[in-house]
Amino acid sequence: MKLELRGITKVFGTFTANDSIDLVIEPGQVHALLGENGAGKSTLMNVIYGLYDPDGGEILLDDKPVKFAGPGEAMAAGIGMVHQHFMLVPVFTVAENVILGFEPTKGGIISLGEARRRVKEISDRFGFNIDPDTRVEDLPVGAQQRVEIIKALSHDAKIVILDEPTAVLTPQETDELLEIMRQLKNSGTSIVFITHKLREVKAIADKISVIRRGKIVGSADPTASEKELASAMVGRSVSLTVAKEDAQPGDVRLTVKDLSLITSQGVPLLRDVSFDVRSGEILAIAGVQGNGQTELTETLLGMHPKAHGSAQLNGEELLGKSIREVLDVGLGFVPEDRNKDGLIAGFTIEENMILDLHDKAPYARGMSLNAKVIEENAAKHIEEFDVRTQTSKNLASQLSGGNQQKVVLARELSRPLQLFIAAQPTRGLDVGSIEFVHKRVIAERDSGTAVIIVSTELDEVLGLADRIAVMYEGHIIGIVPKDTSRDVLGLMMAGVDYDAALTKAAQHETTLSAVSDETDISRGGAL
Amino acid sequence: MSVETQKSPQPAPESETSEDRRWNTALRDIVSSNASVIVFAIIAALLMAAVLVAAANAEVQRTAGYIFARPSDFFTAVWDAVSGAYWSLFRGAIYDPEAQSVVRQFKPITETLTAATPLIFAGLGLGIGFRSGLFNIGAQGQVVLGATVSAFIGFAFDLPVGIHLIVAVLGGVLGGALWAGIAGYLKARFGANEVIVTIMLNSISGFLMSYLLTTDAFKREGSNNPVSQRVLDTAMFPQIMGENFRLHAGFLLALIAAYFVWWLMERSTLGFKFRAVGLNSDAARTAGISVNRIYLYVMLVAGGLAGLGGVSQTLGTEGVLQEGVAGSIGFDAITVALLGRSRPVGIIGAALLFGALRAGSPLMQTASNTPVDIVQVVQALVVLLIAAPPLVRAIFRLPAPRKEGAA
Repeated sequence: MKLELRGITKVFGTFTANDSIDLVIEPGQVHALLGENGAGKSTLMNVIYGLYDPDGGEILLDDKPVKFAGPGEAMAAGIGMVHQHFMLVPVFTVAENVILGFEPTKGGIISLGEARRRVKEISDRFGFNIDPDTRVEDLPVGAQQRVEIIKALSHDAKIVILDEPTAVLTPQETDELLEIMRQLKNSGTSIVFITHKLREVKAIADKISVIRRGKIVGSADPTASEKELASAMVGRSVSLTVAKEDAQPGDVRLTVKDLSLITSQGVPLLRDVSFDVRSGEILAIAGVQGNGQTELTETLLGMHPKAHGSAQLNGEELLGKSIREVLDVGLGFVPEDRNKDGLIAGFTIEENMILDLHDKAPYARGMSLNAKVIEENAAKHIEEFDVRTQTSKNLASQLSGGNQQKVVLARELSRPLQLFIAAQPTRGLDVGSIEFVHKRVIAERDSGTAVIIVSTELDEVLGLADRIAVMYEGHIIGIVPKDTSRDVLGLMMAGVDYDAALTKAAQHETTLSAVSDETDISRGGAL
Repeated sequence: MSVETQKSPQPAPESETSEDRRWNTALRDIVSSNASVIVFAIIAALLMAAVLVAAANAEVQRTAGYIFARPSDFFTAVWDAVSGAYWSLFRGAIYDPEAQSVVRQFKPITETLTAATPLIFAGLGLGIGFRSGLFNIGAQGQVVLGATVSAFIGFAFDLPVGIHLIVAVLGGVLGGALWAGIAGYLKARFGANEVIVTIMLNSISGFLMSYLLTTDAFKREGSNNPVSQRVLDTAMFPQIMGENFRLHAGFLLALIAAYFVWWLMERSTLGFKFRAVGLNSDAARTAGISVNRIYLYVMLVAGGLAGLGGVSQTLGTEGVLQEGVAGSIGFDAITVALLGRSRPVGIIGAALLFGALRAGSPLMQTASNTPVDIVQVVQALVVLLIAAPPLVRAIFRLPAPRKEGAA
């Protein structure tokens, strides 16, 4: 089925999320939609999927104009969507999830047998290996995604939209997903693949459209170099590699020994974690989301008083200290979820800049806040960190993600630090902001601070790290040098220890690492 | 895109905290409803109440019987009923041109201010809680405790002029603060839900006062009525407009308290923490603020203010402690705080509105035969309407607010 968009426009208030977008998705093609966060990719897909009503333009299926009042109609017309955040009911089985909303009934009673058959059939056809009777919450993330795909296919989707599907996957799982996409394509399904990851685009796409600030700014062949694609995405030339000198590690700053954390239900979140970080070096902690990285950083901050073991910063024990005391010892902390833990959306930028310092001089005089100093402080940091805002009195919620993160960084880096911990420092940021954040992190390292970066993005880990610790199920499976290959790291993230990973990686190379970093071939793209 | 990320479902947090979050979200929605919605909600509530006033009126009912024969009779009757009711409400609450003496003409407005005084205090206390993410509905109990302690100090001790009043006021503040502090402590220490604890404390406070009024320490000699001894004159607030008016210095204290609350919330480090915890307790905790300790402080301050509401009753308006001394102040104050969007100026405005409804309703009853309950209906409708801004916007065709962060 051919999907065509003509002049699709979607406006939110004064903000134009999609500006007369034209796009043609040919049958049996993988069409990648490449763009930064906030470029308007997801909005466009939600328009196609009937979640948003376009303010202008039309959608054509096989050259016939269509109008969807909701996802139900879009599905009936043959469009399926796999959302970035899975829309599955965790306590339902796979079969139950697949029929949710379209329950086949026999005399008013849901016929699960039919659902099971459908799941089984699709699963076998594409080799998904999914048991229809497993509860979704018991499945790994990659499998949950396949359930979403089955769900889309079970409604006979001819066009499947995948919205940032690889964000939650390990490199190996990503590889499997790419394989599935290839099979779908061969069976005649069109795929719209939304992403901001250049590597994946180059590995799978037949056609690439680049979207920037709500407009299609060009199309490219998959042969275009990553640098070209990135430049098209951002609108200026960018450097993808992080420019940095070799680390000059000094004395050991942080020593973590046998750190363990067990929930009240007895589930171990951290198991005998031991490592140290020197002054002037970056230890990157790699791993798939949810393998204890979050708990590790939170424990160091003092959020989990029940943790045991030891974590000494300059010989001073951090465990048992309150968060306030840990911060005072000289820890700078960028939390992984900035909206939840890093910022107060309803506070002004000024207020957010002094969240942890508001009751200290010069920001406070006795019980009173010193409005003038607070304003000057904000003005200084807004300038230094290039926060794009009209005034420091704006609310944090009015800033884009990248600018929000700059506010958090400005706050955390504005006092003298012994140790700087940043969890997912560039999550959800555009390429330009990522560059900026990375520069600041390196600058902090070079000023002699010990730095811990937690990231699920291998590119980021490889770009920043002086050493890499891989976490799996709450413990550190190995600490490896910064030039370790993606394949080895990927295997370690799946729980294989370093030596075994080395052997295994030598036998099989994943698609993504096969896409060489500096493909500088034919400038075939019409960028 | 922020639009989508707002919509995307978060993994469900632990059930109890998600329950808390829901309360907080609902609360924040109400508190942050914009000013025009509130004004129109009041207008809409008065209009809806007008329908009830008309429906309850005997003349309207009679003329409705032959509405098709003589519709003008019916509409005249409706107009008379509604205008009569609201006119007498106005005369009872603001200014009464039909009264015999100048004092009586101006008395209504002072009555409104007098009735508003405890609502301002209690509303301020609740407002602080709401802005700090605590759904404290225990103002009633805190008012009772403030009234009880201040009255006791007022009649049981013999202290010099001035000092007596100050001690009695501080006693009332302390009473309210500690009573609320129980809920604060239980929440901070054990995570007890403040909604439930404060409701229970309301009941307990009522029975505590009833019991105390039967003891010799409180009872009047030779009387079995549940009325305490009279507060000594040395502990009473001065009448600020002379003997003819009940308005007392407690009203001025309420205005000072409102200024204090503004300073506390907008200009002090403690208020910064309160607001931070209220808007995002996770981020506050990550920034090193001890959230549990703040919960306790919030309750202490809120309880102290609500306690002043009780103080203004015993040391100002009533002069004695008796069963009905707290009336429904603590509950009306919830509406006042919500209506005033938890901001001091808004709370004063809302308290004046409610004070006026309260001061005017007796005359409305006697002069126009309209049941006082209508006032309760108006109050309830106002809350109902501000809880549903889209409804108000639909009725008055107000534009929807632009969604923040749509870009």
